[in-house]
Amino acid sequence: MLPAKSALNFNSTLRDNAMLDDVTGTRTVDREVVAFRVAGQDFCIDIMSVREIRGWTETTILPHAQRFVKGVINLRGSVVPVVDLSERLGLGMIEPGPRHVIIITVIGTQTVGLLAEVVSDILTVSDDSMQPVPDIASESARAYISGVVVAQEKMIRKIDLAKVLPANGKELA
Amino acid sequence: MSIIISDDFRESFFQECEDLLEAMNDGFRLMADDQHEIETVHAVFRAVHSIKGGAGAFGLDKLVDFAHHFETALDKLRSGKLDLDDDVLALFQRCGDHLADLVAAAREGAEMEEGIGSHLQAELDEAIGSTPQDEEIAPVEFQPMGLDMDLCLGPASPGRYKIDFAPEAELFRSGNEPALLFRALSRLGKLTVRIDTDALPKFTELDCTKPHLHWLLMLESAEPLDAITDTFEFVEGMCRLEITEDEALDVQNPDASTSLQDIIAQTDAPVDEPLRTAKQPQASSRNETNNRGSGATIRVDLERVDKLINLVGELVIKEAMLSQSISNIALPSENEVSVGLESLKQLAGEIQEGVMAIRAQPVKPMFQRMSRIVREAGIATGKRVRLVTQGEHTEVDKTVIERLVDPLTHMIRNAVDHGLEDTETRRSAGKPDEGTVILSAAHRSGRVMIDISDDGGGINRSKVRKIAEGKGLVSAEADLSPTEIDNLLFLPGFSSKEEVSALSGRGVGLDVARSEVQALGGRVSITSNPGEGTTFSISLPLTLAVLEGMVIEVADQTMVVPITAIQETLQPRTAEIHQIGQDGRVVVNRERLVPIVDLGEVFGFRPAPAVLDNHVLLLVETDNGRHCALIVDGIQDQRQVVIKSLESNYGHVNGVAAATILGDGRIALIIDPDGIIRDAAGQVGAELQFYSAGQCHA
Amino acid sequence: MTLRVLAVDDSRTMRNLLSAALVQAGFDVDLAEDGEDGLQRLSETSPDIVITDINMPRLDGFGLIEAIRGSLGNRHLPILVLTTESAPELKARARASGATGWIVKPFDETKLVAAIERVTMPRGEV
Repeated sequence: MLPAKSALNFNSTLRDNAMLDDVTGTRTVDREVVAFRVAGQDFCIDIMSVREIRGWTETTILPHAQRFVKGVINLRGSVVPVVDLSERLGLGMIEPGPRHVIIITVIGTQTVGLLAEVVSDILTVSDDSMQPVPDIASESARAYISGVVVAQEKMIRKIDLAKVLPANGKELA
Repeated sequence: MSIIISDDFRESFFQECEDLLEAMNDGFRLMADDQHEIETVHAVFRAVHSIKGGAGAFGLDKLVDFAHHFETALDKLRSGKLDLDDDVLALFQRCGDHLADLVAAAREGAEMEEGIGSHLQAELDEAIGSTPQDEEIAPVEFQPMGLDMDLCLGPASPGRYKIDFAPEAELFRSGNEPALLFRALSRLGKLTVRIDTDALPKFTELDCTKPHLHWLLMLESAEPLDAITDTFEFVEGMCRLEITEDEALDVQNPDASTSLQDIIAQTDAPVDEPLRTAKQPQASSRNETNNRGSGATIRVDLERVDKLINLVGELVIKEAMLSQSISNIALPSENEVSVGLESLKQLAGEIQEGVMAIRAQPVKPMFQRMSRIVREAGIATGKRVRLVTQGEHTEVDKTVIERLVDPLTHMIRNAVDHGLEDTETRRSAGKPDEGTVILSAAHRSGRVMIDISDDGGGINRSKVRKIAEGKGLVSAEADLSPTEIDNLLFLPGFSSKEEVSALSGRGVGLDVARSEVQALGGRVSITSNPGEGTTFSISLPLTLAVLEGMVIEVADQTMVVPITAIQETLQPRTAEIHQIGQDGRVVVNRERLVPIVDLGEVFGFRPAPAVLDNHVLLLVETDNGRHCALIVDGIQDQRQVVIKSLESNYGHVNGVAAATILGDGRIALIIDPDGIIRDAAGQVGAELQFYSAGQCHA
Repeated sequence: MTLRVLAVDDSRTMRNLLSAALVQAGFDVDLAEDGEDGLQRLSETSPDIVITDINMPRLDGFGLIEAIRGSLGNRHLPILVLTTESAPELKARARASGATGWIVKPFDETKLVAAIERVTMPRGEV
């Protein structure tokens, strides 16, 4: 369990562990993922997309923004939007407080913060153990989830980051 | 074994081409003003020549080919075989434009149409009256040739060459050396050398300035005769040389011949290892003391500069944050911390200014591009036009310059197309046939002013008004001042396909040019005098990195309004406010009715407050003379803020120009008054537009 | 000891290419931007060979060669002229000024080294 409030920097030595399986001769790729909770459910994202984890800071509200955009924060001089994952996934809006964390993620050239309740673990999962999204998930959640992993007796949904981010460079009014 | 032509080299070539093209255009301009000297012609020639040389190194054949034709014509001018008249200069300028296009195409790896180039080449040939045979040598010479090619072409079995070589004094004076020639020959095969000293006079009669030695060489080599002859290329005409392919003669008589080593030992510059090459694997690390002479400028990767600018921005923000925390502690006045902090603040400010200056560039290259636009517009409209540029050394942020090219191009074309009259009209008005467009740049009160003036007929206001009314942009009753009519040109939808000519056309109106300028934090205004001409004035910030802003509060949010947009602040309590229609409110200011807009409402933060007594009105003005009073809750401060992009991680937000970071580390949005007014106009409808453009003299 | 080359050309691109090719071939390289700069560098660096462009501002290649030949110590310094044309009159003029030889652009490393070797003695072989 990681302390929620401390800023956590993952260093670059955490890379995909590619191993050659001697028995089958096939190559399985193990990935590390950051697992976290949003609205009581478990989610994860690839550790390679995570830049750091910060405690909640007050955001500056953006006019005309979609409901899931909490506003922008200052990340060492960059203006970074914060996405309320719960609202984005249709699980209700989070009322953020000091116990919440912002997971700073990078996709391509875009840096976006994801608001989560708590970061629970860093897990190693192999591509093989990733399963398709089961039908039980709600429609809106399924749109943002690329797969499901079962680990530590929990069902962890893997977030498709590109889909949860607000559209970049477009007229958002 | 070829030079590794990396992208860096290529890029540096193209960068140099920019400078060379600039030098070329400078030359042409001096020629046009009849102020050139012979050195001007030389400089233009050298510029084109250098482009050709570099292009050859990168195998840019089309560029080489055209540059060669161009250079040949310039050479004629240089040597006085061609007179510089208006036609020749115009041709040269068009060639210069085409050369620039070829360079640009080569840079992008794009293909160019052949038509223009060959047409220009034909014109050049005609101008210099060249005969084809004059031209034949050079293109052939551009074929890359490497000596190693010869290896594959040589005969399979070794031939024997007899070489009779007698150097003349001139050969030594040119810095050539027989021993080195022999060394080169020995690379081609087995070489035996015999000195013939028969011609050597007695020691007492020796004339030291004259060579007396004569060599007989025998070379067994698989190389063709050409390769042997090539070795003597540099000394041709400075020696007696006979090379014959010979099987019979045997000079390999041990008594008569001398080994190469012996020969070299006898000459004044002997070598003991003649076959060693100059190539040494462990080359000393000390090499290329690069460009020492230039000293004046360096080329720096823009990314590095921008990183520095960001860091300095951070420094300024950190300093502001520190100041704020210290002021919270409430230290006694004149304490050391505050004094130290003050000088730190000053230093940070100076560093920031210095770093910004690195990004600043003279507008000259952009102005030069415009002279081409004017030329082309002149040709397209059949008008004679001269472009006069002023203040081209004025420096502006690089990005500003880059993003100004499009709007400026549009306005320049507009000036030629719509501003200048046709020749007949000019004559009857007593003006010279040739119209003048003046493009000037200057620094004025912390901003850059760029003016585009023409000496045309001025804006035909009744016509403009009629068009605007016809399009429903303004009511027929509206009482418009001349300036307000002029500003109608900027209204979206004013120019439409019917009256836009092929030149200014593309369906883009002046409104687009203006919004491009506005996106840079700039403003465009227009002044026109009937019969005398029209001037478009662009006012721009010096940098895109900082701006002077008023820090305000609206609906518990802290925001920044650019100072340049603010005309004055009004107290609602003492101001004269009228209700118009259901939601509209206006304030009377200097006999104008100014619509009131609540920032909080526009941004969707709150409904507009019904009572304004506890608020402040910020009177802002846009370029086309539109005014608007923004309701804000309070004014905190006026200060310089660092501009941060909102778009890189998020996107554009209507009414928001950018973001900044305040002293407490929080982000504040910088509002875009023009965007606000546009938005508000959308909400309130045509009514607002009507007020802003029209009924101002209530 | 490596041979020291002074390359004189007003084109930055050419200087870059020359210095890259020469360094790669194992020479020590000094660069100058025009004839006058070349003369200055010549007195500072005492090169084993000079390679010079012809068309340059201030002092052109011919002027540079004549100036070099005019000084006693450099009467036999090998000087190669860089030229885009191999026009006979150009060569004649280069030779009349005292050039040792020429290199026709565009050059590759092979061509460059071959031309240099034809007119220089590697140091250490002296």
